[in-house]
Amino acid sequence: MSRIQDCFAALSAKQHKALIPYITAGDSHPSMTVPLMHGLVKAGADIIELGIPFSDPMADGPVIQLACERALRHGINIQQVLAMVAEFRQTDQLTPVVLMGYLNPIENMGYDTFALAAAEAGVDGVLTVDLPPEEADLLSTALNTHHIDSIFLLSPTTEDARIAQIAKASSGYLYYVSLKGVTGAASLNVSDVAERLNLIRQHTTLPIAVGFGIKDGASAQAISALADGVVVGSALVSQIGAEQENQDVALAKVTAILAEMRHAMDS
Amino acid sequence: MSEHITEEVLKSLPDASGHFGKYGGRFVSETLMAALDELNETYQKLSKDKDFLAEFDRDLNYYVGRPSPLYHAERWSRTVGGAQIYLKREDLNHTGAHKVNNTIGQALLAKFMGKPKVIAETGAGQHGVASATVAARLGLECKVFMGAVDVERQSLNVYRMKLLGAEVEAVQSGSKTLKDALNEALRHWVTHVDDTFYIIGTVAGPHPYPQMVRDFQAVIGREAKQQCIAQTGRLPDALVACVGGGSNAIGLFYPFIANQQVAMYGVEAAGLGLSTGKHSAPLCAGRSGVLHGNRTYLMQDDNGQIIETHSVSAGLDYPGVGPEHAWLKDIGRANYVSITDEEALAAFHKLTQLEGIIPALESSHALAYAEKLAATMRPDQTIVVNLSGRGDKDIHTVAALDGVQV
Repeated sequence: MSRIQDCFAALSAKQHKALIPYITAGDSHPSMTVPLMHGLVKAGADIIELGIPFSDPMADGPVIQLACERALRHGINIQQVLAMVAEFRQTDQLTPVVLMGYLNPIENMGYDTFALAAAEAGVDGVLTVDLPPEEADLLSTALNTHHIDSIFLLSPTTEDARIAQIAKASSGYLYYVSLKGVTGAASLNVSDVAERLNLIRQHTTLPIAVGFGIKDGASAQAISALADGVVVGSALVSQIGAEQENQDVALAKVTAILAEMRHAMDS
Repeated sequence: MSEHITEEVLKSLPDASGHFGKYGGRFVSETLMAALDELNETYQKLSKDKDFLAEFDRDLNYYVGRPSPLYHAERWSRTVGGAQIYLKREDLNHTGAHKVNNTIGQALLAKFMGKPKVIAETGAGQHGVASATVAARLGLECKVFMGAVDVERQSLNVYRMKLLGAEVEAVQSGSKTLKDALNEALRHWVTHVDDTFYIIGTVAGPHPYPQMVRDFQAVIGREAKQQCIAQTGRLPDALVACVGGGSNAIGLFYPFIANQQVAMYGVEAAGLGLSTGKHSAPLCAGRSGVLHGNRTYLMQDDNGQIIETHSVSAGLDYPGVGPEHAWLKDIGRANYVSITDEEALAAFHKLTQLEGIIPALESSHALAYAEKLAATMRPDQTIVVNLSGRGDKDIHTVAALDGVQV
């Protein structure tokens, strides 16, 4: 069993849902990322999605674009992101870490080199935003060889036949994008999500995490009633952006938001 | 070139999944996949539909003013003292460049698909103007994304777009130039995918865009082929066109692709010189990667981050290039070369003075290379250069470089 499968199995036994925070590696300073990851776990994170910064994050809204720019100002590259994961793993062997990013930096490193280095660092899954399953065979094979899950997106526009195809290409969990838009958008419609998740579940038994538009305890609670996991990104990253001068304050604010979500989801 | 690549293969690409060899494809987030499927299905059907093609041809003839002339630049050719240089006069099209061939085609598609809104990205503003123009004519709501730096540099075109009823959004993210305008257009599209058609301006982006834009622009090469045979009695020996994203070049090249005796030269912007790193020449000095929905040659750093480009011509100032060019380079069917800002400016002045034609700075790159190439050829040989746009939009840039206040 992979760390991700273990995680969902353990949560399911407790009848809890996964809380999955996203942060961009190296934002707002490289020294902040590993302490932040540990802080997120303490505040109730079950899985951490760690963003690999990219110069042209086309699927992201302004909050995560700016986070990428902040990280890139420190010259963050994949090797450094993997070193952060390895450092996190020294004291946390349980919490799954999923890398999230765009294909070009990974392709630039080479799929096999990347997959091997990611496995050695303790990465559990990889979600490449601009890589649909049709183009993903080579990367998925490399990741699979090193027992890393390939996580794919489903969207409100994904047609039935494609849902089955995407589910088949995926392992670990599926990430359902709750709305037509970019990260950090505001118009989450819970009943639409419920309807779509019912449809998706006809095609797969994989856990389904839902992201985009979740920003506080109330939205986390509403989605956790429907999904197996709740992803929160921009709401956390905007705090990191607002408190660049004071990392301790940023950490306190981010973990407070996450703790509030945890509380709302479990009560 | 590789012998196993037959004429059929040369003409048949992209394959059904949008690949030119290892290039092309569809690299977008999941939300856009359904929209691309819908567009591809519609395009593959309409591209064989007689009524659609007839309407496209009619618009090209009566609205754009096609066919554009093939003009023998005798005086310039004599001065160079080598091959005869013929100019394909895309600068005489309505709106002043080849861009309109494509926006006419895509706006017709939007109409057939019942999409009331169109969006476009633009660098120099030529594609934005061409999009706003066809949107005005068809009564479509039009929004153009333009990097804030380019909005500043190209204020005249911004005003033209506004006159035509388009909304121009100045993009503040990243380097605030064309690549960021493309990012922002994709972000807007993903949010308004149900009622919005995205008019991409070049032969890049996810499938079917590189194929579709090529097919709409291929009218350039089809006409040039007929005109060249009519005027010289045979095919040209060489074709020369500038390459930013590469739509005017592929439009000229594609109908000649199976005529392997016709050499093809794509001219990238060497900016301040390839060795300075300040250029826009991914085919000459970049590496394969994935950006804006397709795999192609890119300007990127050691970590796979896209780097900022430089060219005196805003229309060539882009870190990627159409995937078909990447493939034509790898198989050796086309040659990709580069011309510096300085060389392009010299050609700009030369054509203006010798032929009374003010070329766009983009096209001036092609002219500068054609001059070098012609000098190595015989007077009984022929070069067709795509004069892709007129230089009116560049007058301020050139004047500023010459220290003249206009």
